[in-house]
Amino acid sequence: MEQYEVTFAGFGGQGIMTAGQLLAYSGIKEGKQVAWMPSYGPEMRGGTAYCTVVISDKRIGSPVVTNPKCICVFNRPSFDKFGPIVKPGGLFIVNSSLINVVSDRKDFTQFLVPGNEMALMAGNAKATNVVILGAFVGASNVVKLETVTETLKEKLGKKKDMLELNLRVLKEGYDLALETLGQKDSV
Amino acid sequence: MSSNSNVIFSRPEAMHDTVTHYCPGCTHGIIHRLVAEALDELGVRDKAVGVAPVGCSVLIYNYINCDFMEAPHGRAPALATGFKRMRPDMTVFTYQGDGDLASIGMGEIVHAANRGEKFTTIFVNNAIYGMTGGQMAPTTMPQQITTTSPKGRDVSQVGYPIRMAEILSALVTPSYIERVAVHTPQHILKAKKAIYKAFKYQVEGRCYSMVEVLSTCPTNWGYTPQEATKWLADNMVPYYELKCFKDPEKTEGF
Amino acid sequence: MKGNEAIAEAAIRAGAEGYFCYPITPQSEVAEYLTKRMPEVGGVFLQGESEVAVGNMLFGAASTGKRVFTTSSSPGISLMQESISYMAGAHLPAVLVNIMRGGPGLGGILPAQSDYFQAVKGGGHGDYRLLVLAPSTVQEAVDLMMLSFDLADKYRNPVMMIGDGMIGQMMEAVEFPEEKEIKRNNPDESDWAVNGAKDRKPRIIKSLFLDPHQLEDNSWLLDDKYEQMKREEVRYELYKVNAKNKLLIVSYGTMARICQTVIDELESEGISVGLFRPITLYPYPMKELKKEAVKKNIKTVLTVEMSTAQMLEDVERSILGKKQIEFFGRTGGIVPTPDEVKSKVLELIKPKKKAKTSEKKKRGKNVK
Repeated sequence: MEQYEVTFAGFGGQGIMTAGQLLAYSGIKEGKQVAWMPSYGPEMRGGTAYCTVVISDKRIGSPVVTNPKCICVFNRPSFDKFGPIVKPGGLFIVNSSLINVVSDRKDFTQFLVPGNEMALMAGNAKATNVVILGAFVGASNVVKLETVTETLKEKLGKKKDMLELNLRVLKEGYDLALETLGQKDSV
Repeated sequence: MSSNSNVIFSRPEAMHDTVTHYCPGCTHGIIHRLVAEALDELGVRDKAVGVAPVGCSVLIYNYINCDFMEAPHGRAPALATGFKRMRPDMTVFTYQGDGDLASIGMGEIVHAANRGEKFTTIFVNNAIYGMTGGQMAPTTMPQQITTTSPKGRDVSQVGYPIRMAEILSALVTPSYIERVAVHTPQHILKAKKAIYKAFKYQVEGRCYSMVEVLSTCPTNWGYTPQEATKWLADNMVPYYELKCFKDPEKTEGF
Repeated sequence: MKGNEAIAEAAIRAGAEGYFCYPITPQSEVAEYLTKRMPEVGGVFLQGESEVAVGNMLFGAASTGKRVFTTSSSPGISLMQESISYMAGAHLPAVLVNIMRGGPGLGGILPAQSDYFQAVKGGGHGDYRLLVLAPSTVQEAVDLMMLSFDLADKYRNPVMMIGDGMIGQMMEAVEFPEEKEIKRNNPDESDWAVNGAKDRKPRIIKSLFLDPHQLEDNSWLLDDKYEQMKREEVRYELYKVNAKNKLLIVSYGTMARICQTVIDELESEGISVGLFRPITLYPYPMKELKKEAVKKNIKTVLTVEMSTAQMLEDVERSILGKKQIEFFGRTGGIVPTPDEVKSKVLELIKPKKKAKTSEKKKRGKNVK
């Protein structure tokens, strides 16, 4: 597979770093090269927090990516900051529960996911990050849904209720992507 | 030596057979000997590591017969901490002057004592910087003349002499803190007891221990050795109270 | 694993038995990891009252002959320079890690490479050098961390591993060697460690030599070690270096990875550029760099750093005016993007006009 870069961005506390880490662990599990790079420092205190995951079959060069192929934005400040830098032809996943605008860029795929609503319906708004992660996996096919499921089981194995809920929303996000964007071939 | 003679006074095993570089009337030699005697009496010379300071006693490793490390100025308590943490089975002591301990090394000594590091500090307070040639120390007495206080220590500008034994004994962490002097034989005997006790507490793994020893510097004070001992008794002893400030045997637990 | 945690675990696997620290961003995760991990292997974890004290705790701990280390970031490393100089003078092995942030002064907390001079050219006083290693991936940080302990023991000299904040924060897959390879030092077998003068003469760990002849002897003794390092420890990596290269990039650490991306992109556009990545910054791979740089196909050597041209001086020293040398850098916590580096390369390969601006003028003037 070609190199794929995805950035998750939002408020601190929205599970941004965790979403990226779950993806990174899943990539590693599939034997891919992975680099997970967080923003850190004062940015983490209240502003936008973000992390970038680079996944590739080959040796990864720069962990810093100017124009990622996909950016998932969880809040309005991230929408404003990251919307313009999605790679042309790329994917922009927008948490439409908290962002009530859409990008007027026509050179990428915009995918609206009501993350908070879906998580809340499932029983816990904190699972928004996993909804978005599921949507990303469905839309990009960078890693398999089963692999992320395995990763979640490892990380949440002891907390049965949490695991069950997260697995459910992961699948819902994934399914929404397939319904909205259609079945994609593996990259 | 004839066969019927009895040795009643000799060089401790923990002292090298050599002549020191100290000035006439300096009491470092006496204090070195008290440390050596304590190491011998506790049988820990071959498990002892000293930490030499920066100051007149930097060459202490030429006189006391055990392993040594030589610290940057004021940092002996940090070296002792690093060493003792790695080798708690050994007996570690720092030997520091007033500039080393109470000025540049104030941070290190306070924190080592506060962590309750299990080593011993011999703090030699002679109220002046000796090796650099008689500059004002944090323990220099009010009005005392030094090369950097030629009109006498002006307490309105530089504050009063620092009483280290009082400062360290104010810490909540249990420790053994005593101040002694070596200007008369009686005081030397008391100092010996204190130094022995300080090492004993360490060997027993009980607490941090510090003995502050009031000492003379005839050369930089500008006195004869006899005058220096009198000056110490008249000026330093009234300000630097001689007593045990803290003893784990007597301290209530916190 | 996050870079900082990987570095911590690597030290454990290398047999480190003592860690002394003071919190500072962006490497506090090392301490947070080791406060749990060190006791598991029976080692010592201690948070000191300052970096000045920590450096000297390391000094005392290193005197036991056991493997000991510290980690910090730029301002903290400045405070440790005293102990570094003393440890070098007293021939003590110790490992220090600097996860660099922007300076000078309090600077910032974002990634930088602006402590190159401090690490490579001195920092503390006196005739001494550190052996300096610079990883570019988390796996390499693990490998070099373990190597650092071996080299510190081999030379009885402090070894410093420098990485930028990205190395510390980044998460990548890492592999550690098997447990059985771990070696723990036996200080009682060494012929120099301070461990009690039982049935032998006292040992003195010191750097004071009042006789200038003795001090000179000690300095030459140190120099012999540095000469041996130059013969035996030079490490570097070539990436896509070949006879088609028009330009050779010299870059280290994470910055070199960004250059790799640039090289891959240019390759897909039919432009051939190679990368020379020093892994040891001291000893610097001077001969090896010169050999690659003087090749006929290379028109320009471009040094890329996250600083205002520090390593550039070693590149110039290596090449000795035999090739045109250019510099590109960002600093203060700004990481050059692949695009920025790429434009600089393109500008050098296809000059628009032959402006004869002096090299010096161009340095650091990367106007946005």
